[in-house]
Amino acid sequence: MTPAETVAQAPAVTTARPVRPGLFACTVILLRKDLLLEWRTRARLNALVFFGICTLLMFSFALGANAMALREHASGYFWLAILFASVLSLSESFRVEQENHSLDGLRLAPANGRAIFLAKAIGNTVLLWGLGAVLAPLSIAVFDLRVVMSLFTLAFIMLVGSMAISAAGTFYASIASNARARDVLLPILLFPVLVPVLIAAVKATTMVFEGDPMNQMESWLTLLGSLNVIYWGLGLVLFPRIIEDL
Amino acid sequence: MPSWVPLVLLLVPVGICLALPFKRDLLDKVWLVLAAEAVFGIGVGTYLALFSVPPERDMGEVVRIFAAHVPQVQNALLAVVLNFGCSLWFLIRKSWVADSLAESSAEVGLYLGAVGTALGAIWAKPTWGVYWTWDPRLTSAAVMLIYYAGYLALRRFTDNPDTRATWSAALGTFGIVIPVTVYKSVVWMKSMHQVQSSPETVYPQLVTAFRFSAIGFLCLMIVFIYQRYRIAQEQLKREVAPPEALGAPQGAA
Amino acid sequence: MADAAFHIVDVSKRYGPRWALARLTFSLERGKSLLLTGHNGSGKTTLLKILATAMSPTLGKLTVLGHDCHEGREPIREKVGLLSHASFLYEDLTAAQNLVVLARLIGMTDGEADATADAMLTRVGLAKRRDHPVRQFSAGMRKRLAVGRLLLKRPELALLDEPFGELDPQGIGEMEKLIAELAAQGTTLVLATHLVDQGKALTTERLHLEEGRRVEARA
Ligand SMILES: Nc1ncnc2c1ncn2[C@@H]1O[C@H](COP(=O)(O)OP(=O)(O)O)[C@@H](O)[C@H]1O
Ligand SMILES: [Mg+2]
Repeated sequence: MTPAETVAQAPAVTTARPVRPGLFACTVILLRKDLLLEWRTRARLNALVFFGICTLLMFSFALGANAMALREHASGYFWLAILFASVLSLSESFRVEQENHSLDGLRLAPANGRAIFLAKAIGNTVLLWGLGAVLAPLSIAVFDLRVVMSLFTLAFIMLVGSMAISAAGTFYASIASNARARDVLLPILLFPVLVPVLIAAVKATTMVFEGDPMNQMESWLTLLGSLNVIYWGLGLVLFPRIIEDL
Repeated sequence: MPSWVPLVLLLVPVGICLALPFKRDLLDKVWLVLAAEAVFGIGVGTYLALFSVPPERDMGEVVRIFAAHVPQVQNALLAVVLNFGCSLWFLIRKSWVADSLAESSAEVGLYLGAVGTALGAIWAKPTWGVYWTWDPRLTSAAVMLIYYAGYLALRRFTDNPDTRATWSAALGTFGIVIPVTVYKSVVWMKSMHQVQSSPETVYPQLVTAFRFSAIGFLCLMIVFIYQRYRIAQEQLKREVAPPEALGAPQGAA
Repeated sequence: MADAAFHIVDVSKRYGPRWALARLTFSLERGKSLLLTGHNGSGKTTLLKILATAMSPTLGKLTVLGHDCHEGREPIREKVGLLSHASFLYEDLTAAQNLVVLARLIGMTDGEADATADAMLTRVGLAKRRDHPVRQFSAGMRKRLAVGRLLLKRPELALLDEPFGELDPQGIGEMEKLIAELAAQGTTLVLATHLVDQGKALTTERLHLEEGRRVEARA
């Protein structure tokens, strides 16, 4: 008998249950679901990219069309655009879970709470990294940047930066999405803890374009790495408590 | 007056805090002592700073504001660390005392931090010519205030006390990143800004006044947190139904 | 109490200033079915959520299908199905995708999950809507898909919170049939509903709540 027939016809209690997936397999299943959701609502995804581009271009109006000043601070604008966009993508990724209390459905399935965190955080990392991959060449073009170091380095900085933003962001979005006034709550909680990420990511990115005469790149990447350890660690420990204790 | 004299005053708040875990209701009686010491410490510190310390060579008269600015910011950081401790305590033991203490320390920390930051801006105007210098420590302290304002906002927005306690404890635990940022930001940003040193090294004559004031503000913080804690406990009594309201057990099925 | 589907002792739950459940003690044998009645706000949903381990009780002890709820909720969750007011569905996924995600989470391989999802959609009468996103579904279709989600788990204890809500008379009839099938398969049922007549026909036991306390049903 095929499994389908087993479920549809056999007595409920007697049949053996399949073995539930472990943490890793569960993360993969949930990540596939999250990415599928993103794909099926890709119009929203496109809007996110345009939001990022729009933010980037707006800086030129806010600062005046001063090519020198814009070029000098390009990495800052680049990361701010990603940061602002991250707020939208993060609250969106929990809005879909809240709509029909799907998050409760996952908990009761049961899906491991840590796997839910990992899937959301990894999904958002992918999204922000992808956004960065669109915004980076655009920034290089419009701000007239020279790439002194390798683009591989830039991609790596973008990856660790996005990871840090997503880990902390997933944690805060899971709380804020439950509260009234969620839209303002998320940035005022998230941005303060991301200050060190912003500092390190901007400094490191600047070096990609302006060179690293004092060999500081490594210390900035180390800082980003340690921040990732802290955020992912805190998220893994605290997230299950947040979604369980209701 | 030798600069170690005010440190004697430190024995009172430190002793009380160490005794507190063993005798929970200690503060009910002795908080007035702490309040008196707060008035005394802040009074003497302010008097010394204003009338006995000579003007500094570069900063002139404005250096006196340090005796109020630095202690408040330091105590705000202390309150935030206390908030972190109580948040962890709640997550581990689910204690309502921890929840109330966490709320109180966040609120008092926010107050002290706001006043301290404003004093810093006032000090900066005559010294550097601008209110806001984008000094990394100043800016990150301001960002810290925003975080704890958000923390308190989330508490207001959450009606169920049990959920509220868990969520804010999670925020408080994650929030430890922020005082660390305030502390380290000067190092991280030093390529752009000059390192701001502590008043002890800037101006030794101020140290005695500064210590009086700092210990006074420490006592003030403890008194504020204690009083706010009592209010929080009263609110909880109203918001959280006590088990006594359940009555006798019903018969088994 | 090894053969009890659930056993609760002195269970109380508070939402802030009020107790939604007050010292409730009850147990239900496996294979039996329970009709849970009470006015709006009497605590039915709260009780079902606690039995499903979606919430923990503020006070009291709870054993579901032989597992103590304090010793880990996952073993309970594996065997309990909850049909809640909320459908747990993703609006932007299709009917099939919604079921496939759950099927994978309970341990089926991708192939098994697809086949099971299709079989289940046929069983709840949504085969034609297989690839339509849930956003386009009517309330009744959502309810049916939510039932499909519940059946897919093959729960040993099925908790149904107002399963007839939002259904037209024909839908109510179909739902009754599905519930009867479930009971015939040996699934333990807890059915919270205002339709006392339908409920009585489907169940063997009765629990009536008033303000979170157990009282003898008048009707
Ligand atoms: N999330 C909540 N927050 C506060 N009170 C709630 C919440 N959910 C339910 N209640 C209260 O608990 C009581 C029981 O609710 P519920 O279990 O939903 O009743 P029923 O399902 O029988 O209509 C009601 O008085 C309701 O107002
Ligand atoms: Mg209900």
